[in-house]
Amino acid sequence: MSSDARPRGLRDHQLDDAAGAEALERTWRTPSGWRGFFTTVDHKIIGRRYIVTAFIFLALGGILGLVMRLQLAWPEARYLDPDLYNQIFTMHGSNMMFLFAVPVMEAMGVYLVPLMVGTRNIAFPRLNAFSYWIYLAGGLLLWISFALGMAPDVGWFAYVPLSGPQYGAGKRADIWAQMITFTELSALAVAVEIVVTVLKQRAPGMSLDRMPLFVWTMLVTAFVIILAMPAIMIASTSLILDRLVGTHFFNPAEGGDVLLWQHLFWFFGHPEVYIIFLPAVGMISTILATFSRRPVFGYEPMVLALVGTALLAFGLWVHHMFTTGLPRVAEGFFTASSMAIAVPSGLQIFCWIVTLWYGRPVYRTPLLYVLAFFFTFIIGGMTGVMVASVPLDTQLHDTYFVVAHFHYVLIGGAVFPLLGAVHYWFPKITGRMPSERLGRWSVALTFIGFNLTFFPMHLLGLQGMTRRIYTYQAEMGWGGLNLFVSLSALVLAAGFLVFFVNLGRAARHGEPAGDNPWGAPTLEWATASPPPPYNFAMIPVVRSAHPLWDDEEVLPVASGLRVDRRELLVTRVTDARPEARESSPRNSIWPFWSAVATTIMLISSIFTPWAVVWGAVPIAIALTFWFWPRGMPEEES
Amino acid sequence: MATRRLPPLALLACASATGCSGWQSALDARGSGSRALEALFWPVTAALALVWLAVMLVLAAALLRRRRPVPAQAARRSEIAVWAATLATVLVITVLTVASHLTTRHISRAAADPLVIQVRGYQWWWQVTYPDSDGTGAVVTANEIHLPVGRQVRLELSSADVIHSFWVPSLTGKQDMIPGRDNQLTFVAETPGILRGQCAEFCGLQHAHMALLMVVEPPAEFEAWLAAQRQEAAPPAGPMLRDGQRIFEQRPCGACHRVRGTAAAGEIGPDLTHFASRGTLAAGVLPMTRGAIAAWIADPQTIKPGNNMPLVPLAPDELQAVSAWLASLR
Amino acid sequence: MRLGVRIKLGARRMAILTSAVLALAACEREERSTRVDPPVAAALDAVAVMPNGIGGRPPEVHAALGKPYRSNAYQLSQGKQLYEWFGCQSCHADGQGGSGPSLIDGWWEYGPDLVSIYVSIRDGRPHGMPSFRNRLTNDQIWQLAGYIQVLGAYSADTAAPSRSDRPQTRPAENRAPATMAPH
Repeated sequence: MSSDARPRGLRDHQLDDAAGAEALERTWRTPSGWRGFFTTVDHKIIGRRYIVTAFIFLALGGILGLVMRLQLAWPEARYLDPDLYNQIFTMHGSNMMFLFAVPVMEAMGVYLVPLMVGTRNIAFPRLNAFSYWIYLAGGLLLWISFALGMAPDVGWFAYVPLSGPQYGAGKRADIWAQMITFTELSALAVAVEIVVTVLKQRAPGMSLDRMPLFVWTMLVTAFVIILAMPAIMIASTSLILDRLVGTHFFNPAEGGDVLLWQHLFWFFGHPEVYIIFLPAVGMISTILATFSRRPVFGYEPMVLALVGTALLAFGLWVHHMFTTGLPRVAEGFFTASSMAIAVPSGLQIFCWIVTLWYGRPVYRTPLLYVLAFFFTFIIGGMTGVMVASVPLDTQLHDTYFVVAHFHYVLIGGAVFPLLGAVHYWFPKITGRMPSERLGRWSVALTFIGFNLTFFPMHLLGLQGMTRRIYTYQAEMGWGGLNLFVSLSALVLAAGFLVFFVNLGRAARHGEPAGDNPWGAPTLEWATASPPPPYNFAMIPVVRSAHPLWDDEEVLPVASGLRVDRRELLVTRVTDARPEARESSPRNSIWPFWSAVATTIMLISSIFTPWAVVWGAVPIAIALTFWFWPRGMPEEES
Repeated sequence: MATRRLPPLALLACASATGCSGWQSALDARGSGSRALEALFWPVTAALALVWLAVMLVLAAALLRRRRPVPAQAARRSEIAVWAATLATVLVITVLTVASHLTTRHISRAAADPLVIQVRGYQWWWQVTYPDSDGTGAVVTANEIHLPVGRQVRLELSSADVIHSFWVPSLTGKQDMIPGRDNQLTFVAETPGILRGQCAEFCGLQHAHMALLMVVEPPAEFEAWLAAQRQEAAPPAGPMLRDGQRIFEQRPCGACHRVRGTAAAGEIGPDLTHFASRGTLAAGVLPMTRGAIAAWIADPQTIKPGNNMPLVPLAPDELQAVSAWLASLR
Repeated sequence: MRLGVRIKLGARRMAILTSAVLALAACEREERSTRVDPPVAAALDAVAVMPNGIGGRPPEVHAALGKPYRSNAYQLSQGKQLYEWFGCQSCHADGQGGSGPSLIDGWWEYGPDLVSIYVSIRDGRPHGMPSFRNRLTNDQIWQLAGYIQVLGAYSADTAAPSRSDRPQTRPAENRAPATMAPH
């Protein structure tokens, strides 16, 4: 691969290291100031922005959670009226699922996948920029509507007919449905980028069986997104059509069906849980390998379990509908499939435990978060088996038991690993080490606060406390546990606060991290912290699944890419043999303007269907500029 | 609201039972369905708790064991351990799947001649109809279901507006009430007493205040109750009650509520013919006392914001007469 | 609501400032006030009607409330519910008219303004329109009047309710003009 010198263009092997780095810096850098802010297509800048935005939404959603706990702390409390309470729980759910959990996992992928596979930028970087702006617009739409007192009030799964034209007065449900369109659009865009980056841009030699497990999980997650998200986009669009132009998709009197909504929603909604959980699996595998100084046991079973989980995820959506009156055969099938997903999850957990068994665990904050994960997620898995059983679910469904269950699965299963992962990769992203002492405090507080907050909810559910009630009567006997839960929520909030304070301080005053502070094996640690705009001065060549452990001294590199324009190496899907050099798009303002035009069209279409027609014109103009050819021929090599 | 207390009757029943946490609890089975579910719940919970404990112990061992050099046969041992554990997982979930299937079959076994009751969900109250089975006329009431103990009951569930979910945890699991679909729920109430149920599917502003009482009584008492409910409202005794009825008929009250035997024939709100015989008013929000009736009429939107009962302006003496008359509708 | 404003001010001050104007309009449009104070409800009845029973001045309190019965989505949908619940359909069908006049043909026997519609419902009109004074409260009559005005509107209104979940006999209220049927 190395010496393929042609007269045209300046190649990296023609320069010494310093001059090469300088030339690459010139080619790949993002200009400073406002212009750079809006035009950048660097996956690291966009990924960082995505992560920060998602964590802001996490904090906002957490505040809503605390407000709900204030209202529920006492029976018959009157801090919130039912209308505001309904808006708040809808905001909390929609915000956490659509604006925090899914985007933050994808954001980690956007930042890390190109580094981990050893390439210079994500595939379709302008689409990446576009997806961020669209995501931000969707988030602003939801939160501004909340500030204006017109937030959705129909629950995060917005069941018709309550969200339909007759019972959902005003524009609240439309705002919810359109927010879905925004976030799903951005999620689909990122999924496509990740699939192409993983399949075509891996460093030479990184065949499929040498890919880091985190990259595998992002690849599988991206496919799940591509297959699941269209269902919800169809559902939300049908809902808007029902509400705005009088179609009858969900109107039983005219041949529609209200259960159609639930099927469409959960056909997306259940895989979404795995969209959130699978990246966390990758994070756990990465952290465990690094901190037990040993590769994760069972690479093939892990990958097979991932793929198995992803496939099964599409076969169990009906377990959210066990009380709707289904035929017995369907109940039996979906009970079995819902329980079956415990098998791949169990397999992964067993592999991790074996890894720890023969490893030499180093108890740093990221590993402590993973241990917190084991404790809580397995409880969530056990209660998951309970709600998968049709007869038990008829008692547990739509009660606080389910609230407890999915917080155990989502916070225990995804947020704890995520917090660990943010700790773990923070030195790479900022070049500075977070404080270990504060890190331990945040683990302890979130772990204890979480379990004290959510475990009693199981009991409340069994005592008959239903979900989504804005108050309850003193005679119900739920007051004591609810007060306990509300106080514990403060501990949990304190844990998150310490986490934020720690990272905020470390970003400015933390100790310099160096390239590979944890002694980790994967490629992202082979470059500087924070990585330069071009990621790697020379594209590394991979000879094992753990290049930084196995090639201890110097990583072999491939050369021959041009430094005077943005070029990446395209490799073969299976064995990552180099196929071609391909140019990577330069910075552009047009993804931003395209997102603005799309936002105008989508928001206006809440008010008039004609917006789809006239709103398409500015989008077409912006896209034309976006794709305007620069007259630079592609080179093959 | 200082006036919000349990109906005395329910308090009594509650205190005499296993303690107050029981009156809307999945773990206090009083019906065939919930008993079968409880019988499934505890073994499943125990089994899963054991599994969790086992995994935690192995994890703790993995972390705390003394570090020795990794033996040569480590990979093979690990492989065996992982596959054995996976196989055990498969076994556990197979057993649980079969157990839950058997429970479902057991619960939905139908008797030959069940008592049929139609329950229709409205935003935010329940309409209860005992269909006319023997030519004596149907009985329509609201927010309270009387059942004979020991007889199989079939509830036919429907919804007038959005999706609701019928859930009386002490009797059986929940079942959604979905517009455009007919669902049913079959069970036997096994011990007399008063149980509480609540709408379990989010249905709008007052989802939190959509409760109902289930009064399980001996068959003779049930028949007597049913016979009493078939009667029209008793004519008012005394001038005040007469005034109350007249005001009820002439003001907006009668446009929404029906009181059989009077000119009030509305069909929008709950049937009030034997209003005061129920334990609660406003779907479980207030106890059935004359004071609570007056408070409710005086300001329904503060007590249950967003419900469909308007604030009808009544003079104090009118309010007194109407509430007295309503309290007399036994 | 107020909490939301505080959060927004903290995190996204810019966004709030730019949409401040929109805010006022939206707050009113989407607010769900479920309770009218009894004195206000009484004052809502103080319409000054022209001697011929056509047109007049709405009560002052109506403007003070922000004219919710014409522009607030929740009040309009409540009005729509009352239209079905109180049997308007038996004479006016879904607006097309039957034994009573059509409400969507653009022709108003007593004028198109809200006060006339309010008075028609409250007091009844000759040739069969009954009085609803004793069947609805004042604010309910306003809700119903607001809905009926939207029903017959000739330009689309974003605050209009949409179709019902039952068999349709006419286009949804938010598709204007509702009908061009001759009468």
